[in-house]
Amino acid sequence: MTVDQIIFILCAALILGSALMVVTTGKLIHAALWLVAALFGVAILYAILQAGFLAVVQVVVYIGAIAILFIFAVMLTRREMLDKGAQTRSNWWLPALLGLLILTGLVFLIIGQPAFGRTAAEMPLGVDTLRNLGMALVSQNAFVLPFEVASILLLAALVGAVFVASGNNE
Amino acid sequence: MIFLNDPINFIAGWMRGLLTGWGLPEGLTTVIIYVIGITVLIVFAMVLDILLVWVERKVVARFQDRIGPNRIGPFGLIQPFADIIKLIIKEDLTPAGADKLLYNLGPVLAIASVIILWAILPLSEKIFGVDLNVAVLYLVAAGALGTLSIIVGGWASNNKYALLGAFRMVANMIAYEIPMVVVLLIPTILADTMSVQGITQAQSGMWFAILSPLGLIIFLISAIAELGRSPFDLNEAESEIVAGFHIEYSGMKFGLFYAGELLHAFTFGGFMAVLFFGGYGGFFGLEKIGFFSWLDNPFVQALVFLAKAMFGYWVIMWIKYSMPRIRIDHMLAFNWKFLTPLALVVLVNTAVLSKVLAGLPAWGYVLGMFLSNIVIGFITVEILRAYGRKQHKVESKLSPQNTQNQEQAV
Amino acid sequence: MQNEWLYIGIFLVFGLIVPIVPLVFSRLVAPRKPNPIKQSTYECGVETVGDTWVQFKAQYYVFALVFLIFDVETVFLFPWALSLKQMPLFVVLEGVLFIGILVAGLVYAWRKGMLEWA
Repeated sequence: MTVDQIIFILCAALILGSALMVVTTGKLIHAALWLVAALFGVAILYAILQAGFLAVVQVVVYIGAIAILFIFAVMLTRREMLDKGAQTRSNWWLPALLGLLILTGLVFLIIGQPAFGRTAAEMPLGVDTLRNLGMALVSQNAFVLPFEVASILLLAALVGAVFVASGNNE
Repeated sequence: MIFLNDPINFIAGWMRGLLTGWGLPEGLTTVIIYVIGITVLIVFAMVLDILLVWVERKVVARFQDRIGPNRIGPFGLIQPFADIIKLIIKEDLTPAGADKLLYNLGPVLAIASVIILWAILPLSEKIFGVDLNVAVLYLVAAGALGTLSIIVGGWASNNKYALLGAFRMVANMIAYEIPMVVVLLIPTILADTMSVQGITQAQSGMWFAILSPLGLIIFLISAIAELGRSPFDLNEAESEIVAGFHIEYSGMKFGLFYAGELLHAFTFGGFMAVLFFGGYGGFFGLEKIGFFSWLDNPFVQALVFLAKAMFGYWVIMWIKYSMPRIRIDHMLAFNWKFLTPLALVVLVNTAVLSKVLAGLPAWGYVLGMFLSNIVIGFITVEILRAYGRKQHKVESKLSPQNTQNQEQAV
Repeated sequence: MQNEWLYIGIFLVFGLIVPIVPLVFSRLVAPRKPNPIKQSTYECGVETVGDTWVQFKAQYYVFALVFLIFDVETVFLFPWALSLKQMPLFVVLEGVLFIGILVAGLVYAWRKGMLEWA
């Protein structure tokens, strides 16, 4: 067991455990904070995969903006915010069985892949991934069109947010 | 590689030889060396934090024309230690109905989000934690963790004033993060790298403060808002909501919030020094002259960096103790309607000019950038003045006092 | 590069431990005599009136939304900024177009009155 694998297993345990707590905990605000823990675990995964930029962006955008948005939304509701009522429905075994079947199917599919169990190739030294990402985003034969379309997508999101938040007054 | 020229690598090499000589595997050696380095850095940061408490109280006293602590120890230097002892032995009250885990998590996260910034702070060319290639965004990420700590602290206190203070503070912090991130792009463009070491070394010819003074000013304003210090300190508006989100915190927990804020201010002073004032270097090529070659020494560089950071911290304190508090709606309007558009204009200007002026000799480049900033600043002031004149005309027509004064004057 | 993030991971762990130490110390040393009056919620020295629940202004949520959009935009701008030195001038104009579209969005939100009040 290399150190990488140990760190990965701990990280995966953090993500899965936090995700489980998100859906099972009674208080909404705790659920939002467990979500933050899960997102942080994903950031750690990015860092292990040597994608430092994505790890930091994950923290800045997901934890710094989206999680804050979730928390604000949670606080917009009642102060009580306890999930009253039973945690499970009466015939909970059926969806659980379905989920388990899908999980086993996915696991078998992934294990059957030829690339399973091999470690990723080392990044060649001297490759500046960040600068390559930048060049890819602006080169004409690379991703410049998705780059510009992304800005239009963000504009659409902003207009939609303004419309929804204005309470449909007009 | 003697000690004076390269202290960290010298010690690390010696330790590595020692530990592998004892038969420890390579990975464990690395981890142990990292742990020792991290401990030294954190101890340095915390001792500096204690010193900053003293500096803060002395400086605020001088601004207010009094002396400040001078009884305990020479010049009151032992005062922070007395403060720490007092805070530790104070009773730690948890208010009824507070969420225990979150209540304790708040101050812990607040300090953690500041300490992790010291991992990338370049104390000198050879003395630093890590040279991260995304250091500039790492600064923003640490700020995001700080925002989370405030929400957690305000929520867990089960107190409506704490919650109100926390909301205002978080709305403030996230709003001012946008001009800050936009302005952080300016040293990135000018130095063509996101790593703080690269940015510092790119300033060996000319400080970025001169290439982009507007960027410096916007960064200063956003940094003060991020810190939650006056004039943007709605979260601890003492006369309004009595200490805001940390009302219910007593004893060492409050001490941690307070110390965290001071260390955060100093760290931001340090980043201002790194990003705009040349960090540990920036001597305009002076160190290449034979006589001044001692300026290349890591320890001298560290002292230079700390001096510049202290200057930045002093400027932040100066602004805090000279200006009145700004109302929350004015604060947010100032950000979204003025600072963000201005920051974007300055960014576009820097980006365009960095390509257009690239061919000119050094003095042409510097002059072009500097003048463009002056022009933008001038235009902004003119727009503000015109807006202010219009507002004044509108308000003076509506004001009842105007008519009253005229009657009395007659 | 792996080692850098390992360093930061250890730093984070230590950064979480450092504030816990004085808290634990304080718990060992400080007196603890809770009584209902000391533990009651603070409201400028008077008894609390009404629920400890503040009507949260919906405007905070709108500001958080606008912040989210601009945050994602600025994150996109970082790789663009790093490519400027090697690429010709029109790359700068691509970025300016990107920023311009989003400034249009800001102006729209401004005119719709979404940026009013706090």
